[in-house]
This record gives sequence, C-alpha cells and structure tokens, in this order.
Amino acid sequence: MEFTLITLLNGLSYGLLLFMLSSGLTLIFSMMGVLNFAHASFYMFGAYFAYAISSKIGFWPALLLAPPLVGVLGALVERYGLRAVHKYGHIHELLFTFGLSYVMVELVQLIWGRAAVPYAIPKELDGPLFTLYTTTFPMYRGFMMLIALLMLVSTWLLLTRTRIGLVIQAALTHPDMAEALGHNVPRVFMLVFGGGCALAGLAGVIGGNAFVTEPGMAATVGSIVFVVVVVGGMGSLAGALLASLLIGIVQTFAVALDHSLADLLARLGAAPTPDTFGYPVLTLTISQVAPILPYLLLVLVLIFRPRGLLGRREG
Amino acid sequence: MAKMLTFRPINLGRRIVWGGYALLLALAPLVFDSGTSLSLLSQVGTVTIACLSYNMLLGQGGMLSFGHAVYSGLGAFVAIHALNLAAGGSLPLPVTLVPLVGGLAGMAFGVIFGYVTTRKAGTTFAMITLGIVELVFACSLMFPQFFGGEGGISGNRVIGEPFLGISYGPQLQVYYLIAFWLFVSTAAMFAFTQTPLGRIINAVRDNPERAEFIGYDTHKVRYLTLILSAFFAGISGGLAAINFEIVTAENVSAARSGALLLFTFIGGVGFFFGPILGALMCVFLTVMLSDFTKAWQLYVGLFFIAIVVFAPGGIAGILALHLRVAKHGMYARIWTPLWRVVLAALVMLTGAFACIEMLYHRSLESANGTTMKLFGLQVDTAAALPWVAAVALLGAGTALFAATRPAFAEAWGRANGEIEELARRGA
Repeated sequence: MEFTLITLLNGLSYGLLLFMLSSGLTLIFSMMGVLNFAHASFYMFGAYFAYAISSKIGFWPALLLAPPLVGVLGALVERYGLRAVHKYGHIHELLFTFGLSYVMVELVQLIWGRAAVPYAIPKELDGPLFTLYTTTFPMYRGFMMLIALLMLVSTWLLLTRTRIGLVIQAALTHPDMAEALGHNVPRVFMLVFGGGCALAGLAGVIGGNAFVTEPGMAATVGSIVFVVVVVGGMGSLAGALLASLLIGIVQTFAVALDHSLADLLARLGAAPTPDTFGYPVLTLTISQVAPILPYLLLVLVLIFRPRGLLGRREG
Repeated sequence: MAKMLTFRPINLGRRIVWGGYALLLALAPLVFDSGTSLSLLSQVGTVTIACLSYNMLLGQGGMLSFGHAVYSGLGAFVAIHALNLAAGGSLPLPVTLVPLVGGLAGMAFGVIFGYVTTRKAGTTFAMITLGIVELVFACSLMFPQFFGGEGGISGNRVIGEPFLGISYGPQLQVYYLIAFWLFVSTAAMFAFTQTPLGRIINAVRDNPERAEFIGYDTHKVRYLTLILSAFFAGISGGLAAINFEIVTAENVSAARSGALLLFTFIGGVGFFFGPILGALMCVFLTVMLSDFTKAWQLYVGLFFIAIVVFAPGGIAGILALHLRVAKHGMYARIWTPLWRVVLAALVMLTGAFACIEMLYHRSLESANGTTMKLFGLQVDTAAALPWVAAVALLGAGTALFAATRPAFAEAWGRANGEIEELARRGA
C-alpha cells in the first residue's frame, strides 16, 4: 500500500513534468504542423538559464525570468529560421529543428561546459512535504505538481476564455479566414512557438534541479516527449495529458518492480532452467524492461489505434 | 514472319559514368595509399552504401526516417555473429559473402519494423522511426548475449585459408571488398529507380492520394521500398562489421541514424548521386574536423542548417544549378558577383571560426593555460587583441556579405529565370 501510493505520487509528478514539455510541443504541432525536434533543447536551455540566474539572484526570480527568456529565444528562432524554410514544407521545417537541436546542445557546452552544473533545489523547498507510513514525500515534488497544474489551468483558460486564445484557435483551424479578418497570422504563429518554448523552459526550470542539469538532458527526455505526443494523438492537448500521466506512472512503477516471467512460472510450478527456450527473455525483470515500455506503448498504439488515444484525425 | 526491327542505341554517357565510377573506386587506393587514407576510404565506402539506401526512403519515397541505423546496425550485429560462427567452423561461409548475410538480416528486420512504420507517411512516420530506434537501442542493454552489452561484439575477419591470396588481413583487400559491394549496391539501387516500384514510390512521395486512385496501395509501396532499403543498409552494416571487426550498441543508436540523415541531406536528396557526395564530404569533414577542433559537431550542425535554409537541394543541387547556368553560357554574368559574395562569406566564416574556437578554448580548456594555436598563430585567449581581431573579421565579413549578396541574388535569379523561360518555350 505504502509502495503503491508513493510510487503513484512519484509517477504523477514525473507525468506532469512530461506534460509540461509535451503540451508546448503539441500546441506548436497543432497550430503550425511543425514537430519541433529541438523542443527538448529549449527545456535544457530553461534549466541552464535558471541555473545562471539563480546563482546570481536566487531561485524565485529565475522561475519568473527564465521561461520568458526561453520564449523569446523560441520566437527569434521562429521569426528568423523557421519562417524562412516554411515555403519548402513541413519536412524541411522538421529538418531545420533537427539541425537546431545539434547546435543548441553544442552551444550549451560552449557556454557552461560539458559536465553537469550544480543547479540545486532552493532551501525553502528542500525537505519533506508529508510522511506516508514510513516514506517521506519531498516538498519539491509537490511544488512541481503544483506548478504543472497551475500551468495546465492557465493555458486552458488562456486558450478558451481570452481574446488572444480565440484568435489562436481561429488561426489554427482557418488561417486564411483569420488573416482576412485582419489578424496577423504569422505573428500569432511566432507567439505560439515562443509560448510553447516558454512552457518547455518552465519545465526546464523546475525539472533541471529535480533531476540533473547537464548537456545530455535534452536527449534523455527528447524521444519520450515525442512518444507522449504521438500516443496522446498528434495535436491533442487532453491526449498529451493522458499519455504523459500514463507513461509517467507506468515507467515509475516499472523501474521499482523486480519481477520476471521466470518468477511467475516458478510460482506456477514450472520453473524454467537455462536450457528452456527463450530463457534470457524469461529472466528479464520488469525494471530491466522499463526503458523500452514507452516505445512499446508507441508501437502498440500505432498498430491498434493509429490516431492516438484522443486524436481526432488520422494522418 | 518479318524480322522485328529494334532500336537499341548505345547509351554512351551512362557507360562513361559507370565505367568512370568503377575506375575511380579501383584507382583511389593507388593514389591515397597511406594507412589512414585507406581506412578513411573504407569508411567512406560503407557510409556511402548506407546513405544511398537511406535516400531510397528520403529522396525517392519522401519518408523522413530517424531510425535508419536500426537496419544497418542490426545487419552489422548479425554479420559479426555469422563471422564468428564461420571462424568457429560451424558455418561454411566465406568472408566475401558476410555482407550479404548482413543485408538479409537488415531485410528481415525491415520486414518486421517496416510493417509498423510505413503505415503512416510524413511527420508521423518520422516519429515512429524515432520510437523504433530508441526501442532497439534500449533492447541492446537488455540482451547482452546478442548485443554484447557495453563492450559490443568483436570478431576477426581473417578466417580459414587464404583464397587466391586473399585473406582480408591487409586493409587494402578489405577496401577492395568494400569497393566491390559499393559498386554492386550502387548499380542495384540505381536499377531500382528504373523499376515500376521505383517509379511508383516517386508518385507516392509526390501525391499519395492520386497514387491510391490509380490503384496502388501506398502502404504496400512504402513497405516494399523500405524492405529493399533495409537490405542495402544491412549490406553496409555487414561491411562495417568486417572493416572494424567490432560492433557496439552505438551502431543502432539514434545518433548514428541522425548522422545518416545529416550526411544524405547535405549531399542532396533530389539526385541519385547526392548521397555519394554527402558521404564522401561528411566522413572526410567529421574525421578531419574532429582532429582539428572540439567544436566539430557545432560546425556540422550549423552547416546542415545552412543547407536546409539556403540550399534545400544539398550540394548536388548547388552543383546541378551551377552546371545548368554554365551550360547556357551565362556563367560570365554571375561570375563577378559570385566571387565577391564567396570572398565576403569566407571572411565572415573565418571570423566566426576564430570566435567559436576561442570561446571553446576559454570554456573547456582554460585549465591548460590561456594560449592556443589558431591558423598557425599562437593566440592568448585572455588578451583583448585576438578577440577584437576575430570580432572585427566577423563584423567586416558580415557587412561585406550583406553588401554583396543582393547583387549576386539578382544576377543569379535573373539567369535562372531566363533559363526557365527558355525551357518553357522549348517545351
């Protein structure tokens, strides 16, 4: 019971962090049709900016300043990079962001070096939030979940309840009509791209010190975020939330479980021996299989439900 | 019955091109005969096959794959296991045919993975391939029996008695093995573009809906193309296994797949020979650059972005455009603005290179003192003068570039516009 609850909470907080990353990605995709390959790199920049700012003036200003900085960076990339390749089609836009991800990782190493930087959790948030039976739940994990939920609610309100949100939605489905009505659709695209990157930056600010801030951090979450977006359904925000929570919880449970098929067979009275066919597969524990679970889920979803969990359209 | 009259012209141009290609492959090691250049040439050969097979997907099928190294890498693993079995005597297999084993293995994995990936095209296809490559890479740590864990699987290519003096011990013999397979694969892949399947995959790339309306199953067309492409990727993997005598999990990684994508795209996906240029240039660049500078990945990334933004046809596209201008005798008109803009770009790049190198030195190697070598000069990164010089070069180059570019763009645009007008009138 204790194990289940704590793991569930950890899974939830990891899933919410994944959602912060994937929401920006899926927003950008649904608006512009661009899968931003460099999205995780913006996450990394968020963490590094936060590290640089918090080492000078503290964590709280960093929390406020770093995401807008990343957003501006993203808007600049859209304005001066993506817009130039837009005329060649989506594949070229994807290739552009792919090249960008190479350059960004090198820039981070150029500025902050190749080793991990000591970006620590602020003192106010260091400590246990509550104790469940005998296990303590860190306060910072709770803070992460709070920020993620706040972000979820405010993004939803912004998109559905404000004027700019309505313009964004109009530009999403009917770009020509929105343009004819006098809205600057390219600027809306730039705003959305910058906003999506800012969300990734925010995830970097609060994820960077919960995990490790290092040049490899973009690569570790990068492919998982794409899995989330595809599994949730390309362009579906609710699907992204569902898929992030699913993947977050499944992965957190899987790494903690040390059972294998061989154990199961042994319990059923048919213990396999090294001579049994497929013995290496049977002895794999669930925790060993954990890294491939998201990708397995991706393949399964694509076979049985190609439009994703909550996706509306196919293709 | 009257004798059927057939017209079979001798296609001289094609014979010259392929004959020259074969001659080039045969003579290259005589010109570049040092040990380093031989192993470099061998590496270029294997990468060329992989890039050509990748272009079957990207260039001819419009399928942007982030996971092509899965097929070459798994082919390499099966090939090295086959090589080890043959060395142990339990498999009667000459080393010459080991690449074929790799190819068949790549093909088998293409049959398995391709069924899932090719159900979609475009962006979704790209994402699924990324998922597949991560899946396989994660599996490599789960099955150390097959993937050899962190250390990989190593083998020995010199097995059995030498046949006609060929033991594959010396690098030269391995080079000729690679060159042989390279020539055969290139010819086969070119022949593929002339087959009905090779034609219809172009149609599926350009307009899948119309391809379906004329009665083709786009999924099936993509699937078959991917299987064939995986076959050639596997051959390249098998050759790499023989060449390096070791295969590690890095061979199936997303990084390796990304490199294939970069190389192929830089070479140019619109032309059959583009990937050959790309592989040749990029392998040389990465090997040379990684000797010279720590920032080579930054340069490769920036170069790739520049190609995507300014020359989406890649190097082959640039060459083809210049050849077209030259063929119409308009080169004299663009020559003057061209050399001006190239000169300005060179000044700009030199300044940028100096800045980046000094920045790298400052942030990564400052522990070993502040002096470094740059363009053969001893430079102190703590002093102000080198920085001022580098930034001034960069600034002057950028200004010159901005000043000379419009004239070039105009001359270039006008020449190409006239050529297109001529082509339209001729048609």
